[in-house]
Amino acid sequence: MIAPLATLLTHAAGPDRARAGAPPRGCADPAAAQLSADLVAVAAGDRQAFARLFAHFAPRVKAYMLKLGMPAQRAEDLAQDTLLSVWRKASLYDPAKAEAATWVFTIARNLRIDALRRERHPEVSDDELLEHEDDRPPADELLDGDRRARRLRGALAALTPEQAEVVRLSFFADLAHPAIAERLDVPLGTVKSRLRLAMAKIRKALGDDDR
Amino acid sequence: MTARQPTARPVFLPNHHPSDALLVAYGAGSLGEGLSLAVAVHLAHCPDCRAALAEVEALGGALLEDLPPAPLETLSLAATLDRLDREEAPANPCKAMRVRPHWSKPKAASMPAPVSPLPRPLRAYVPSLDGLSWQRLAPGVRRVELLPRTASGGAAQLLRIAPGTALPHHGHGGLELTVVLSGHFADELGRYGPGDLAEVDGDTNHQPIADSHRDCICLIATDAPLRFTGLMGRLMQPFIGL
Repeated sequence: MIAPLATLLTHAAGPDRARAGAPPRGCADPAAAQLSADLVAVAAGDRQAFARLFAHFAPRVKAYMLKLGMPAQRAEDLAQDTLLSVWRKASLYDPAKAEAATWVFTIARNLRIDALRRERHPEVSDDELLEHEDDRPPADELLDGDRRARRLRGALAALTPEQAEVVRLSFFADLAHPAIAERLDVPLGTVKSRLRLAMAKIRKALGDDDR
Repeated sequence: MTARQPTARPVFLPNHHPSDALLVAYGAGSLGEGLSLAVAVHLAHCPDCRAALAEVEALGGALLEDLPPAPLETLSLAATLDRLDREEAPANPCKAMRVRPHWSKPKAASMPAPVSPLPRPLRAYVPSLDGLSWQRLAPGVRRVELLPRTASGGAAQLLRIAPGTALPHHGHGGLELTVVLSGHFADELGRYGPGDLAEVDGDTNHQPIADSHRDCICLIATDAPLRFTGLMGRLMQPFIGL
């Protein structure tokens, strides 16, 4: 835990200094590293870091809620709720495992489901694997968050229009694949294969394409 | 890091996994509660799918980053900080030390796994498989309703199927997910054991048969009513309510 944290903080100090460092962790996207570092700082009660996270994420979470059809006031409330939840749960954030945006997304998603449908989103957390050990490489051998962020953006941009469409409908229209097939009036198999191909690109970009 | 001990290796990992499309739907939050529960139970058994889900969620994060920011109300941050002040304790670093669930296997343990631990996602609905009041549906088939029809139209229930019992052929208006909790069943697509997830969609008809020497207990979740075909199916339809 200590090593990746220190690395993130170094990156947060400035892109130039980060680039002067060791090659594997150089060339950080300062924004992603800063956000991760802020999230870690929030866990220790740093309100300035929280204000920066708020400025970055609250308008995006609000945009997410609006896209999903929430009225403006509700979207505003949920954006605030999401960031409040970020404050409360910051100590659970592990910068070695996920980017800040990924983590904030999952919180926003769950609050949205709860608000919209009054339903839960059953989930598992990392200490809940049953009966077996996880034999994946430890987190510090995985791509670090900044490289992940950049490669992910690249993969997103490389989706075909059809793949991008089903991805956006999945995330921003609250539609599962059968409903997407209905909406687009294409066979279910077509939607499934577009999502499969889209995820293959994402997986490849994240360097985990051996599944 | 604790040394990994070969003796702690799993007896088995699931063989039947959710499709990418299903994982995207789960990760995007577009599945109803019952279907999400079935996926979550599989995830509790399956490190590979958890890694795949992390990729879906990373995609969600990237999409969130890419959204054009929506203007906030003028005092948005102030209002949030205000609410934060009203909460007595700020984020407490001690919360990071999470308590390991009592059934969770210690890292270097060589002791046998506890008997039928229920994955946590499921324990929010039923505390354990013991002491449930199983309702008889048909010879060899009992059930416990977990989620009645929810806002998004789905339903979830536990079925306990006696060895050798075949469930009636049924078709589906939408998605149906079955995840095995104990025992085994087989259908046209293969054999399913604990943690395995059978994903049926569209026009598929299938007929699961419990095929081990003991009861097969599984969670079945749907996003639309099942249409049972055949006489037995028509007889059971009003009772099974899936």
